[in-house]
Amino acid sequence: MGVMRTIGSWPVLRQMRSGDLLGLGRTAQSEHTARLRPRTDAADRVVDSVCPYCAVGCGQKVFVKNGKITQIEGHPDSPISRGRLCPKGAASRSLVQSPTRLQTVRYRAPYATDWQDLSLDQAMDMIAKRIIDTRRRTWEEQDKDGNTLRRTLGFAHLGGATLDNEENYLLKKLYTALGAIQVENQARI
Amino acid sequence: MTATRATSSAVDLVDDHAAVPRVGFFTDTSICIGCKACEVACKEWNHVPHRQPAWSGKSYDNTGKLGADTWRHVAFIEQRRASGPDQVELAEVPHGAGTSEGDARLVTPEVAAWLETPDRSSSPPVVDPADLRWLMSSDVCKHCTRAACLEVCPTGALFRTEFGTVVVQADVCNGCGYCVPACPFGVIDQRKDDGRAWKCTLCYDRLKGDMTPACAQACPTQSIQFGELAELRGRAHHRLEQLQGAGVAGAQLYGADENDGVGGMAAFFLLLDRPEVYGLPPDPVVTTRDLPSMWRAAAGAAAALVGAVALAAIGGKK
Amino acid sequence: MGRGGATTFQQDLSQSDLIVIMGSNMAECHPVGFQWVVEAQQRGGRLIHIDPRFSRTSALADEYVPLRAGSDIAFLGGLIRYIIENHRWFHDYVVNYTNAATILRDDFADTEDLDGVFSGWDPAKRSYDATTWQYAGMDVAPSAGQRDTEAAVGETHGSGGAQLEHGNPPQQDPTLQHPRCVFQVLRRHYARYTPEMVEEVCGVPREQFVRVAQMLCDNSGPDRTSALCYAVGWTQHTVGVQIIRAASIVQLLLGNIGRPGGGILALRGHASIQGSTDIPTLYDLLPGYLPMPHAGHYENLAGYIKHNSAPAGFWAYMGAYAVSLLKAYFGDRATRENEFCFDYLPRISGDHSIYRGIFDMLDDKVEGFLVIGENPAVGNANSRAHRLAMAHLKWLVVRDLQDIETASFWRDSPEVESGELRTEEIPTEVFLMPAAAHTEKSGTFTNTQRLLQWRDQAVEPPGDARSDLWFAFHLGQIIRAKLADSTEQRDRPILDLAWDYPTRGPLADPDAEAVLAEISGYDSARRHISGYVDLKDDGSTTCGCWIYCGCFADGVNQTRRRKPGRQQDWVAAEWGWAWPANRRMLYNRASADPSGRPWSERKRYVWWDAEAGRWTGYDVPDFKPTMSPDYTPTEGSTGPDALSGTEPFIMQSDGRGWLFAPAGVRDGPLPTHYEPHESPCTNPLYGIQANPTRQLFPRPENRYHASDGEPGAEDYPYVFTTYRLTEHHTAGGMSRWVWPLVELQPEMFCEVSPALASERGLVHGDWATLLTARTCIEARVMVTDRMVPLRVEGRLVHQIGLPFHWGSRGLAVGDSANDLASIVLDPNVHIQEVKAATCDIRPGRRPRGPRSTSSPAAQVRTTEERA
Repeated sequence: MGVMRTIGSWPVLRQMRSGDLLGLGRTAQSEHTARLRPRTDAADRVVDSVCPYCAVGCGQKVFVKNGKITQIEGHPDSPISRGRLCPKGAASRSLVQSPTRLQTVRYRAPYATDWQDLSLDQAMDMIAKRIIDTRRRTWEEQDKDGNTLRRTLGFAHLGGATLDNEENYLLKKLYTALGAIQVENQARI
Repeated sequence: MTATRATSSAVDLVDDHAAVPRVGFFTDTSICIGCKACEVACKEWNHVPHRQPAWSGKSYDNTGKLGADTWRHVAFIEQRRASGPDQVELAEVPHGAGTSEGDARLVTPEVAAWLETPDRSSSPPVVDPADLRWLMSSDVCKHCTRAACLEVCPTGALFRTEFGTVVVQADVCNGCGYCVPACPFGVIDQRKDDGRAWKCTLCYDRLKGDMTPACAQACPTQSIQFGELAELRGRAHHRLEQLQGAGVAGAQLYGADENDGVGGMAAFFLLLDRPEVYGLPPDPVVTTRDLPSMWRAAAGAAAALVGAVALAAIGGKK
Repeated sequence: MGRGGATTFQQDLSQSDLIVIMGSNMAECHPVGFQWVVEAQQRGGRLIHIDPRFSRTSALADEYVPLRAGSDIAFLGGLIRYIIENHRWFHDYVVNYTNAATILRDDFADTEDLDGVFSGWDPAKRSYDATTWQYAGMDVAPSAGQRDTEAAVGETHGSGGAQLEHGNPPQQDPTLQHPRCVFQVLRRHYARYTPEMVEEVCGVPREQFVRVAQMLCDNSGPDRTSALCYAVGWTQHTVGVQIIRAASIVQLLLGNIGRPGGGILALRGHASIQGSTDIPTLYDLLPGYLPMPHAGHYENLAGYIKHNSAPAGFWAYMGAYAVSLLKAYFGDRATRENEFCFDYLPRISGDHSIYRGIFDMLDDKVEGFLVIGENPAVGNANSRAHRLAMAHLKWLVVRDLQDIETASFWRDSPEVESGELRTEEIPTEVFLMPAAAHTEKSGTFTNTQRLLQWRDQAVEPPGDARSDLWFAFHLGQIIRAKLADSTEQRDRPILDLAWDYPTRGPLADPDAEAVLAEISGYDSARRHISGYVDLKDDGSTTCGCWIYCGCFADGVNQTRRRKPGRQQDWVAAEWGWAWPANRRMLYNRASADPSGRPWSERKRYVWWDAEAGRWTGYDVPDFKPTMSPDYTPTEGSTGPDALSGTEPFIMQSDGRGWLFAPAGVRDGPLPTHYEPHESPCTNPLYGIQANPTRQLFPRPENRYHASDGEPGAEDYPYVFTTYRLTEHHTAGGMSRWVWPLVELQPEMFCEVSPALASERGLVHGDWATLLTARTCIEARVMVTDRMVPLRVEGRLVHQIGLPFHWGSRGLAVGDSANDLASIVLDPNVHIQEVKAATCDIRPGRRPRGPRSTSSPAAQVRTTEERA
């Protein structure tokens, strides 16, 4: 059978049978080419998303195979973007799969000249301590006229325009409860 | 323009899989915003490697030209209309080596003249912004009806798909490079690391899945339109009439004519100026123009060669 | 316009007969939104682009108008004058829907009377008492007038007009002849904004100006509409708010607000920048544009509500919104007896904005700084001052996808290179935390048209990367655990916080839908609320953001609705969810005439269905749905019922579009041309050069330039303006590490005209050094005719274009344009002026190595002498 298949796939024969006498068409296809399908066909899931760059809000389709993103492209259903993307949106897969993306916490001790590793749990614990200590040191209960302040100016926050509404909501809620008021974001930038 | 064409054989080539209509791109450069989404979408889908980045100073074009790692390329041409709305003669705005005081030829004629004045006490001339044009155009493989790259390929790596497009198969290509000089547009190119030839496939894999090619899918303004070639040509002619009716100087189609030197292009363009302004050959001719008769002879020889043995083999498969 | 959002939506641009893009480079910065502009053009609409630079937007425009950076109000004021003097205003719209007929107090004085300031000016305080700007016969609006001069009052009314107290409708003269009616005041204010003056100030030839004005008027009216699009090209000025006000006046006079193909579209630059003001990470706001409580202005909840609500319009129910928020924050702990924990909220007492904060850091007043998804070391004005400031911190937390400049300022910033900062001497402890990307978490972004769109999570984040939702939630949990035994009063709010979100998945990520449901709101039986009209001030409802109320109505995530656009009309009301109440176009009652009929068949949108007794149309009516056009309020009506059936601007307390702003704006009731803080030109209109109320920070790290006529102005003779390129994103954190983008725009460059190149000996493709009193940077030289020198005040003004994306890290490095800028702010919203400032430019690269103490200019001179 192997011999037969070999002879059967002999280019000249394929040419004869297909009528592609010049050998420039279908008969020139390799097996790989003949089997070619869009890789998105093999996706386990197609997830609806929104572009993370500007505020146009283009729809994106995220194709996932074995827990990995295989393609991100414009979502044709979106009435705003109609499946189209700009170069940044079109580069979204490269953005999220960047080889230089941070995957671990980097820690720089005071006066240190380089980063060192830190576990996520330890980092969270240390940040919580820094906030508690700073807040205690800098707490303002009242102003000089006796008006209520109940706040700290000891630490500030910057960021939000690239975050989700839910994230901004929790951050603002947490900061407000901590008495932190210097909460700002790129809306001014 | 010479008019001798081997049109019949060209059509035969394309009609090999007549069941599927031939598809292509109509790139309407009059609505291109030069965003380069096409370049990125192409790279993301086809996993085309990045090049070593370099700032060119050629307007906003830092990709340069089509090549093994650039299958879509957006050209940027800054122009100043010389005089009058009907005057198609457009002066290129300076680019390249320099615009220092001594290098007057690289500045606009008015500024050059001003530089000539001895003390330059007068104000330098001010451009009338109405005279400015910034042309942008996304270039791509033309998927010619008569594709010399394909005709010269000795390994069968290049082939004509059922959609009428021309595709190079990386698993077959042996890197001989014959196709590179054969292309009248300088599109197909060998990759330095592996020597194989690469170019736009018109997203052959996507076409097989009934998907729009990545560049056309992304294009924000639909400057790049994908579809059946016959329909696209009709659309292009309609758009051309519209622009000409609006008095857009220099509007013209490029590659939409089946009687041109490559038998028409599956990727054709509506330009706002002469093709050479965009870096396109004004009158491309298939480099294998004299080959068809030879190929027909070769095909006949192949049939003879197969002879009884081959026929027996087919019979043996039954 | 009374609400902090675009009045229209991007798709509606396709209905425009004319689109004017000004203060925006839409084709480059919002390419996919620009498809609707192209579609309008293909339907026969026209496009005008007005901008200092000929950009990719200009390339597609039917008319490109080069404009001197920072002269926008002179141009728009010229349009206002043209519209009035040529009787091109939309009479019935203006008389019925704007405050044109309203009569002002007799002690109001205009800039025409006082040579550049309005009545109420206090030169010592550099601020206004706005009392005299009020309507005749009305009480003073306390919120605008008495709030601290540095608080960002403009923002606190993002979803409602500034407060205006009145018991009766204002006095009006519908003939518009009364000398103190708004229309006549407006006419006098702009009388000198002639085409000749526009030419002199803006550098726009008068013929071209008149052509633009004619096109705009010809394409406005009952049968035609024009849209205006802007972006940070308008906001990033010391007169930013006033530029937008001027645009609103133009659109109101022409009757283009609330109508299809009309409106003002703010084009925002980050995925959820609209969301981050709606649910603010801003110091002066709580969710839904409720103001942060202000120290000393009131001591209890009732005082806070009284101070900040209005008797008419939807802002009347501010108490319900505030109490529902407190219930969302503090849950069962918030009771009527304890004023719903109002006392737990911290108080502001002035300007606590980021720029003030940076100087406080330099003065060692701030110990810690959390930077989440932002890169101030590149993206903020005077980014150099930011890097210096961070070296004064005790601790810094940065959460990002990459090791950005802000995180690594201590090791490879330009200041480390120059020796001004020594790594071994910087005390700052830095935590750089890997963040999850948009595909690795679920949640909503609010886009530029107030549309909330839900994203589903596609994959888990890599390694220790986590969502910011995870970070906020677990940080809160840890802090609460550490303080659990505290008896300190100050720790009660954090311990009493409603902080019990369900988590999911292997990483224990909080359920974003649970958070969104809290934002949308519940009643006392934990049923989802369908809209903000159902919110109560008695503690029976909870709602985390009243303008988002109903986004989880019926227990359905409305923001996740995805009915394909091709199965809907252009309004696409079943895709996502827009605030407020899923309205896609604000003030859309104005698309019908006073009797409720469409102004024309061609421009029908929302209209009164007399038989059904309700408003109907393509969109959710932005009006009480059953209020008939002939409704008139009775004595004692409140809220929306206090407005008549012909008053479409339901967030303003007089129901009308404000040609004249009697409250809510800090720098005057009418937009007035002032020069940028740094300008090579003298203000030809008034004796006052720049916005007298602009916020200044004169400090050694933030030196300012002299302007025209002052000694030293000649040191910095050129105008520079900063901008984005299509191929990059803001401060580069999401683009300079992405190969396919880096290869498209690999290097920092500056754009100059051939004339400037020859004047300064700049060589195309070579290097130039740009200098300001702050610092100097280098850039490759792009000589291009697209930079058009302008004739202004009889001489040539050169403008230099600077993209601002680069920094010292990433796959492509370069100097940051924001290093050149100073920090000088709009007084209303504290936004920096980076769209117009002065600089010098010289050929060659910038000096390297240790920085001397002399000025950057002197340093370059020394370098040149050595060379």
